[in-house]
Order: sequence, then structure tokens, then C-alpha cells
Amino acid sequence: MIAFATLLERLTLTPGRLAKLALLREFFRTEPDPDRGWGLAALTGTLSFPLAKPALIRALAQARTDPVLFEWSCDYVGDLAETVSLIWPARDDAFGRNSVRTPPMLAEVVDGLMHTPKAELPALLEGWLDASDPPVRYAILKLMTGALRVGASARLAKTALAELAGGSVSVDEIEEVWHGLAPPYAELFDWLEARGPRPDPQDAPVFRSPMLAQPLEAADIAALDYAAYCAEWKWDGIRVQLVSVPGGRRIYSRGSDDVSAAFPEIVEAMGFDAVLDGELLVIRDGEVAPFADLQQRLNRKVPGVALMEQHPVAVRLYDLLFEEGEDLRALPFEQRRARLEAWFATHRPPRMDLSAVIEAADFDTLSSLRDGARAASIEGVMLKRRDSPYVAGRPKGLWWKWKRDPLTIDAVVMYAQRGHGKRSSFYSDYTFGLWRDGAEGAELVPVGKAYSGFTDAELAQMDRWIRNNTTRRYGPVREVAPGLVLEIAFDAAQRSNRHKSGVALRFPRVARLRPDKPFEEADRLETLLRLIPS
Amino acid sequence: MTPHPSGWLTPRPEGLWCAPGGFHIDPVQPVAHAIVTHAHADHARPGHEHVLTTPESLAIMRTRMGEDRPAREQQELRYGEGLRIGDVEVRLEPAGHVLGSAQVVMEYRGSRAVVSGDYKRVADPSCAPFVPVACDVFVTEATFGLPVFRHPDPRGEIGRLLDSVRLFAERTHVVGCYALGKCQRLILLLREAGWDGPIYLHGALMSVCDTYERLGVPLGDLRAATGRARAELAGAIVLAPPGAIADRWARRLADPVVGLASGWMRVRQRAKARGVELPLVISDHADWDELCRTIDEVDAPEIWVTHGREEALIHWIEGSGRTGRALRLLGYGDEEEAPAAEGEGAAA
Ligand SMILES: [Zn+2]
Ligand SMILES: [Zn+2]
Repeated sequence: MIAFATLLERLTLTPGRLAKLALLREFFRTEPDPDRGWGLAALTGTLSFPLAKPALIRALAQARTDPVLFEWSCDYVGDLAETVSLIWPARDDAFGRNSVRTPPMLAEVVDGLMHTPKAELPALLEGWLDASDPPVRYAILKLMTGALRVGASARLAKTALAELAGGSVSVDEIEEVWHGLAPPYAELFDWLEARGPRPDPQDAPVFRSPMLAQPLEAADIAALDYAAYCAEWKWDGIRVQLVSVPGGRRIYSRGSDDVSAAFPEIVEAMGFDAVLDGELLVIRDGEVAPFADLQQRLNRKVPGVALMEQHPVAVRLYDLLFEEGEDLRALPFEQRRARLEAWFATHRPPRMDLSAVIEAADFDTLSSLRDGARAASIEGVMLKRRDSPYVAGRPKGLWWKWKRDPLTIDAVVMYAQRGHGKRSSFYSDYTFGLWRDGAEGAELVPVGKAYSGFTDAELAQMDRWIRNNTTRRYGPVREVAPGLVLEIAFDAAQRSNRHKSGVALRFPRVARLRPDKPFEEADRLETLLRLIPS
Repeated sequence: MTPHPSGWLTPRPEGLWCAPGGFHIDPVQPVAHAIVTHAHADHARPGHEHVLTTPESLAIMRTRMGEDRPAREQQELRYGEGLRIGDVEVRLEPAGHVLGSAQVVMEYRGSRAVVSGDYKRVADPSCAPFVPVACDVFVTEATFGLPVFRHPDPRGEIGRLLDSVRLFAERTHVVGCYALGKCQRLILLLREAGWDGPIYLHGALMSVCDTYERLGVPLGDLRAATGRARAELAGAIVLAPPGAIADRWARRLADPVVGLASGWMRVRQRAKARGVELPLVISDHADWDELCRTIDEVDAPEIWVTHGREEALIHWIEGSGRTGRALRLLGYGDEEEAPAAEGEGAAA
């Protein structure tokens, strides 16, 4: 538990991605089984302990401490678990000395929290707290309440695992077996450390890293061999992977989060044996609703009946990856498309349709079709090479995304400030930035400021995020760790010497939150610079 | 009849005033006669007529202020030596806070008061340990007067720093620390832990280190950090004032891991708010347990609290069957809480 507690503390306070990776790698390299596996489960959000409630922690601490001092301490520290971890008084032994105790192993804590009857939990927890120092107590209490908040995504943990394997296993290969594994992941570590075979997910509904498109820039257009590509609309929803196999049904986001519970009507409609790539949308009477409607659904882990009725979701299918166990990913796109159409004609699953192929004889025709598409639900067009296999990641030149105007960029929130008037109690004004290559790797450079256009509930959510992820304060301004992606719409980009980035945005506004987008994949500064008219 | 200390030791705006001795203790304004507990800037102010303190504190004050600035007349008093001032017997005893730090023990007509200044109880290789003195009134600070402040063993904290240096061998570890006391203690803790190599210092930390060495505290291989190539400081430990670690100065270092050595680092939000990646909970002030233990040991029926979180400590004092009194002296800060923007110039 000591190594895990140290890892949590350092991850919380370390801003750099590379440093976080080094910390994770070190933990996985040095911590023995099964503790490192339980640590991995905790970091990837795989554990939950429904019986362990904050009230239990509070009651234990109140029984051990002066109630006045405890309340003052809570007020000062501002976090129950942290207060208890610090204030917890060591219990002296019969001779008045602090007896030497060994803190529990992580595996022992996980096992205890999972299998101890509710009535016996307080005594168990008390014993652990007595035997631990503040960082370990903090880790136990945060683990119990499921609020680790260390600023390291599951993807980052898996990236560290791939590094542990020393290049013999890629992060995408880990993704492909991940959802077939269970903590403490002994098989996985055996594979990564070349002691055992690749774990066989067998029938498990595992996630496959999706294929992504590159933005089509002016320079690419000139070199584009249009005849080699198929065109499709780019729909403004969230990209999902539908996995329905004999071992189960899952809906994954493109970041590999299991979002099945949020869309039960889709899960119900997945009565087939296939893996599909598509766009999740709110569709009413055949019309795709604006993204804000889908946002309502995304805000809820489990939807109520009314919400499901008012915001009905459907999946617009792009691609067929597996059909009845057959892996189609190596086939050219055109063949997969034919298989998808045939498959769809046979199965006709409810709440699903095909994303149509756009018939445009040449690039100019496509261009005018794109400009003419006025529906808010269309983000632009996709160009997919007819011979492209389905490969994980963002391979160059196979798929292009060509967003339509108004101009938008996906930017990362860097600083936040309180708003004015009714928003003065919220951090609602954001400075956002784009990536560029700095002297020490990728760095964010601020490109503009915008006020949020969110509902009060979204604003409260943003505000909480800002407060929990503040890394530094400059008077009223908070610097936050990279993590929050906003889609910024603007009318034009202009060259500017007054800005560090060399560019100024005309009428920037927050188009929407992009919780689905990993911050590392926000746009780069060059993308914006290319939008400046010469 | 023995007079109660409240009759002859009184808080005044300029500091604690001892009428029968005609002196102030740690006055925040220039006075005729000052007794200074230690050389931190909020306790040792310049410009008095006469100052009395330990030889070590006086040497440090001269280094930091200039030879003549502490007072027109400067008088030394060694630990344990008695001196009669007016009608009061005065002696200084170690406070364990920084080199030369002292408690002021005063006896007047059979009643005894001890003003402890800033103090701590854990071992510190850079200064003499605190000596508890039984008394009628014990005057204490309460910087960390809340039971959430429990400083861990500093050797464990140094261990975490060295673990990090091993893990991030290409990065510079820059640790914020106050120039007087904390800096030298960190150096000696590193030496104890086996770090024999060079330790690099921000320019603002050099002069006090020189003074410590002159006073017989060897610190080993110290080098100036300023003006060195980025590559030369990769893998090095650099000490700097707290104000410099988040500053342009630190950005020139090799991908720095920013640490800060302070008792406040116990609370994560504090570390986070200051952009500290490696908080080291090392303090020169007593933590909650040390405050309570000291009050028990000196066993005074009455405890006066000068500054800090006096509310919680007085709650505990009253609960222990003693009388607690908040003096609410103004002008004393805490060197560990120096905000990022100030650092070196801030109160101590
Ligand atoms: Zn001091
Ligand atoms: Zn002080």
C-alpha cells in the first residue's frame, strides 16, 4: 500500500505527461503481484465498494478525536478523507509507546472492502488506519470512496504498461485484450514481461482501438488523388464501437470507456454477432438533433425513462470490423463497406442505419456539397481510401476529415477566471491553447479567451473540474492541468504580433464541451495558422 | 507575595514588554532594549538602541542586515549563562528552531516566565535541541496549531527526495526552502542520508550558509546554481528560496521537479495551489503533537499563545485543565508561509 500511496500523491501533483508515465512505469516495474494489479484496477476505475461510505469514515474519526478540533480541521483542509488521514491519532500500546505496525497490503485492503460485511467494516478500517501513516491512510480512504482523481487516464496507465513490455506489446494490443481481463491482471503482467502467452479474451466483448482520420488541409487537397477515395458525411455525435459477441454486449467510446449503461436501448438492439464502428446520435423522426441533445444523455451514467423518450438515440454505422467472429479489418474499405451493406440488409437492427456514401463525381462537386450542407448535425465530410485496411490510430493518408465552416478548433483549457454578474461565483471564463512542439516536447500555447455558453448545470460541473485540477494561482486566475477540451468556433483567424501564438481569433466562442476527446489529441497550432488567409 | 507574570510581562503593540527589566522581547519596532529569540526577520528587526541575543543569532543578524544594523550596542549571551537586567534574572536556553535560536527564561521575585520564540522538538543536526524549562507562564507560538499538522520523520522526507532524484535522473530537483535554518537543515539531512556530492544553491542562500560554516557547522560541497549550463544541473539537487521555485529562475533548469520543504506541505491543496510536484513535509516549527507535548513537559499552569492558530491550541489547553490566553501579537509571520511572489523578503 505504501508504493501505491506514494504513486497517488505524485500523480496528483505531477503536471507532465512524461513524468506521470515514468511514475506509473516505475510502480508497475517494482511493485510485486498482486498489488500492482490492484493498483492498475484502481487507476483504471475498475473497482467500486458500495458498502464503504463517507459517513462511516466521519463516524470513526469523530469517535477518536475532539469534535471541535475535528470540525475546525475539516474546515481548514476542506476534504474529509484528507482530514481524517492527517488527524487520525496513533494509538499507544500498553507501555505508552507507539507500537510499530505494518500498513496493510493493497490486495488486503481491496479484499477486505469487497468481502467484509457492513457491520464489521468499521473495525477493519480502524485497524488499517492505526497501522498506517497519513499518505497510506489517504490512499485507503480515497480508494474506498472511489475518488482517486489523480489526473492519469486509463489510457495513460495502459501506455505505461506497454512501456513496461519494452516495445514487444503495443498499447493498442493491450486495449484489445483489456476488457477480457479481470484484476489483479496476473495473466496480463505475465504476457507483458514475456513469461506467458497473450491472454486470450476468447468470447469476451473487448474493445479495439479505432481508426482515426487526419484533418484535410489546403496542402493535402492539392495532392489528393480523389478517385482513390470514398466520401461520407462526418456526423456530429460521439464515435462508438458496438461489440456484440457470444461473451456479451458492450458500447465503447473511442477512448475505450464502457458506456453501455448509458444507452440501454442500443444494447438491447444489438442482437447480432458483430463489431461495428459508428456515430451515436440523437435522432428524432429521421432527423439528427444538435449535439446539445446528445449532451443531455452523456451527462447521465444511467438514463431515466423520460430522458430516453425525449432524447432517443441511434447509431449511424460507418464500418464493420468483425462479422460472426471473422476479423474483417485487413480487408480494403470498399470490401468492408460491401460487407456492411449486405450485413445491414440481412439484420436490419432497430435504432441503427447506414451512414450514406456521398456520390460526387469530382472533388469540386464534393466541395460544393460540403458547403451546401447546412444541417448542424453535419460536421463536414470524411474521405476514406478505398483500399484502406482498418488500422488502429491515425495512419497518414488513409482517412481524412474535412470539417466545414464555421471554423472550429478543439482547444485545451489552460486558465480559468471567475465570470461576471450571475456567473461571478463560477470559473466560467477560459483561456484555451493548442499544441506545438516546444524545446521539451509538446507544449500548449494560448490562442484565445472565451466565455462559456453553457447551462448552469454544465457550468457547475466545469467549475468543479477547474477547482479540482488547479495547478497554480495567479491572483484571480487559476492555471489548470491539461484535461478539458473545448470546441471553439470562430469567424476568422488573423495574424497577430500581440499574441504569443502569433494568431488572434475573431469572435471566438465555446461551441461545446468535448469530454470524449483526449486532451493530447486537441488541435495543433499549425492547424490554426493554416486557417489564416494569406 | 510572589507576583504573577501577568503583572510584569505584558503584550504591547511593539512586542512583549518586561517592565522590571526594561526590555522588549522580539520587538517589531525599534526600542531601547531588545532581547531577540532568533535571527528570522520578523523576530530580529534592525535599528534598536541595544540588543541582546546569542552569539550565533548576532552573527547571522549581522550577515543579513549589515554589521551595525541590529543595534547601536550589541550584546551576546551564551545558552545557560545568567544575566541580571534591572530586577530580572535572564537566561537563554536552546529552542531547537534554527542555529542560535533561544528561549528567554525570566525570573522576577520568585515567579518565572519562559518566552519560547519559534521552536521545534525533533532532532535537527543544524542546531542545539530544545530544553524544556519548568515555569509559571509558558509563552508559545501556534503556527501549526491544528491536529492535522503532524510532521513526519524528516529522514523519510529526504528519502522521498532521493528516490525521486533516482527515478528522474535527467531532471533537476529544485527544492524551495527558507534561507535561514531550513536550507542548512536540508543540506545536513542530505549529508546524513549519504548525499556527498555537490548541492547547488540559489544566490540568496549563500551568505547564511557561509555564516553557518564560520560558526562551526560544516555543510560540505556547496556550489552556486546561477550561471550554470542546463545540462550541468541535470540530476542535481538545487536549493532556492520559496519565491524562486515557480519563477523564471527555475525555468532555466533542466525540466525541473519542483519541491518545497515546509510544514504546510502536509495539506495537498497547498502543494497543488503552489505548483509543487514534490512536497517535503519538513518544518522548523513544532507540529501539533510537539506543541501539546511541550506544554505538558514545562507543566506551566498558564500558557500564553503569541501567534498562529491560537484558537485550536487554546481549546486544547483549556481541555487539559490549564489556563490559556491568546496574546494576538501582530507582526509575526511564518517563514514557511511566504507567498510565491515574495519569498526571500517575507516575514520569518
Ligand atoms: Zn522563526
Ligand atoms: Zn516566527
